[in-house]
Order: sequence, then C-alpha cells, then structure tokens
Amino acid sequence: MGRYFSLSAASLLLASGSAGAQSVASTQSALEPAGAEAQQVAMLFWVMLSGGAVLWLGVVGLLLHAALVNRRRLAEKSASRVILWGGVVFPSVTLCALLAYALWLMPGLRPFAQASPAALRIEVTGKQFWWDVVYHPAQGPPVASANEIRLPVGERVELTLKSADVIHSFWIPPLGGKMDMIPGRSNRLSIMATKPGIFRGPCAEYCGTSHALMAFSAVAMAPEAFRSWLAVQAIPAEGAGASGGALFLRHGCGSCHSVAGTDARGLIGPDLSHVGSRATVAAGILPNTEDAVARFIARPDLIKPGSSMPAFDMLPPDDIRAIAAWLRGLR
Amino acid sequence: MRLVPKQIETLWTLFTAPVVWAAHFLVCYIGAAIYCAKPELVELSFSAVRAGIAAATVIALSLIALSAWLAWQQWGFGTDDPPHDDPTRRDRTLFQGFATLLLSGLSFIAVIFTALPALFLTECIR
Repeated sequence: MGRYFSLSAASLLLASGSAGAQSVASTQSALEPAGAEAQQVAMLFWVMLSGGAVLWLGVVGLLLHAALVNRRRLAEKSASRVILWGGVVFPSVTLCALLAYALWLMPGLRPFAQASPAALRIEVTGKQFWWDVVYHPAQGPPVASANEIRLPVGERVELTLKSADVIHSFWIPPLGGKMDMIPGRSNRLSIMATKPGIFRGPCAEYCGTSHALMAFSAVAMAPEAFRSWLAVQAIPAEGAGASGGALFLRHGCGSCHSVAGTDARGLIGPDLSHVGSRATVAAGILPNTEDAVARFIARPDLIKPGSSMPAFDMLPPDDIRAIAAWLRGLR
Repeated sequence: MRLVPKQIETLWTLFTAPVVWAAHFLVCYIGAAIYCAKPELVELSFSAVRAGIAAATVIALSLIALSAWLAWQQWGFGTDDPPHDDPTRRDRTLFQGFATLLLSGLSFIAVIFTALPALFLTECIR
C-alpha cells in the first residue's frame, strides 16, 4: 500500500514536471540516434529487422504456397534437398553473415583503444539510486557533479563506468550503447554526440526498489558552451540567500552532501555544488523547482522508496523552504 | 591400419564432435580472458592470441571433419534413409552414425561462430 502510494505520488510529480516550463529530459529512443555510436547501433537494428522480416515473409510465403497453391506431395528426394538447403545451408550462411556484420561493427564502437587518451573523460559511478559524476578534463582539476552528464557535441568522450553497491547499467539510448556498471570493475564506453539536445538516460539493470526512479539527463551542447559551463562548475557557486546555507549546515546535510566552497563535504549523497543548474533533481525524476526540492527533503522515502536519505519532515517547514531556495540558487 | 574398428559399439563416438566444440570454446574464451586480464604473464601480442585461436580452430574443425567422415562411414555412406528404428544391430549402428553426422555438422558451425570474433577484434578492448 505504502509503496503503491509513493510510486503514484512520484509519477504525479513527474507528470506535473513535464507539463511545466522546466525542461525535463524525455528523449529516450535508440531509434532517433544523436550520436556516432548510437547511429551504428540503430543501423544494426534496422539491418537485423530487415533480415528478420525478409526471412519471416519467405517462411510464411512458403507455408501459404504449400498449403494453398501447390498441395502436391514432394518426392522424398526433393524434400530432403529442400530441408538440406533451406533448413541447414541457408540459415547457417545467413546467420554467419549477420553475426559477421555485428562483429565487424564492434571495433568502431570502441574507438578509444586506438586514439590517444580522450580529451574528456567522465567517471560515472552508479549508486542506489543515483549517479555520481566526475569530469576529468585534459587540463585542470576534476569537477564533481551528479545525476546529469554534459557532453560537447562533435567530440569523443570516454566514460569510465563503476558501481558502488550492486550492478547498474548505464545507457543513453540516443547517444550510444548500453554498458553495465559492475562493483569492483571499471568499464569503458565511448560516446560522441552529433546533435545538441537533452536526452534521458535510465538505469538499465534492475538494482533495487527504486530502480525505475533512477535516471539522469544527458545534455549535449556546443563545445564552447560546454567549456564555459565546465569552467563555472569548477568554482564554487555564489549562492543566494545565505540563511539557507547556514540551515543546510546546521541540520547536518553536509555530513552526506558536498557543496563546494562550504563546510559541507559529505560523500554519501549526490554532490550539490551546482544543483540549481540541473534540469532535474532526485536522479532524473523531479523537475528542478523549489517546491519539488522541499518535498524531497521532507519525505524522500515517499518519492524514492529505499533511498538512503532519511526524511527531514521534523524540521520546521520554513527551514526546509529556505534550504530548498538556497539549493536552487546554487548555479 | 584402421583408425577405428569397423564395428563401433561405443556411444563415445557420438560425443566426439560436441566434446571438440566444448574444448575449442574453452580454449578460446579462457585463453583470451587470461591474456586480457593478465597481459604481463606472457610476452605476446594480441595477434599471437588471434593466431592461437586460428590454430585451435583449424585443429578443432579437422577433428570434427574426421568425426563426420567416420560417422558417414558408419551410416553406410547414406545408402539407407532414416528413420533407423528397427530393433536390429544394423539399424542401431546406422542410427548412431546418422546422429553423429548431424552432431558433427552442428559442432562444425558452432566452432566457426565461436572463432568468428577473433577475426574482427584486434585488441583486448575492441
């Protein structure tokens, strides 16, 4: 009962978010590729689908032919020949060709083996039920973020994929292939966005109660815009309404969350240094509005069952409002 | 000298081809996995691994082809058509020969499918 209520509450929030002015990432189709790798995956899908369709039509055509047109029995010899060529040789050769085509595509999906290290490496760690993101640019210090990934259009980015607890799976369908995040391992994935846009990335491997509520937005932007955005992310946000910041620290939020430029240095929950600039909060499920942030602080267990964050509805509502306003101002 | 006795009364010939397929599969996958996990163990390039897989594939295909030829022989070179379901020694032998021949064909294709990635993958990570 409780879970049912909380899930419907979350979907209501989700619906109200997408109806609002906030841009909630929604494009999540592998059939509308906006990246070089996704283009190849989509091509593979269409080739396999066409091959399957031709085979299906052939088999059904033969069936209809045998049932309606030519109902004469075949001689045993020619029947054996039909089985040998149509049932053994043809499928073996066709499957071999389709398999070879899929294997031939593989090196192109992992181009980083050949090139010099990618100009930008992004380390993403899956956690129940959110994404820890660290940018490693070629120059400059690493930049911490969470639940949102930004990429420069036209530049190849290498992703290092890890997990802190259980197996998750990283997938931005319009940009590239799917790759598991396995505890104790670090997997590599290559992505090159070819069109700007905001895309939704879901967790693609069941990881616990709130698996379906674990998502992120991927923002492909012009390279110059990306670089200035990254430069802003590397320095602490100025913040608005310092009272909210003081309350954030006083109520202990800093023991789990980090906010650059403050005493909040917790590493258990998502980094909130620039949370105000993200399209969504709570790992892709809520619009980034003051109201949504306040509701999440009060009852995260209702919005995201099973999350590690405790409910803070014992705080005075005005304090929650002030903290939410302060977080929204961290841009 | 005969390679195998004319009258084969063991089920083992039936399993030869699938066992070769299994052995080839393990050699390819375990070999590549160990090489890629611990490249410092052996001073070899990935081309050597691919050459090794190619050699294992040639050996496996030859053994399966031999098994198929022996099965064809046991089946009487296809003079009788299946089903061989009479309760006679002759039909039992023919049935075993035919089944072995089909299993050899399956194993032959499976070995090719197992080895096919090595034709396209040029490095451990791609």
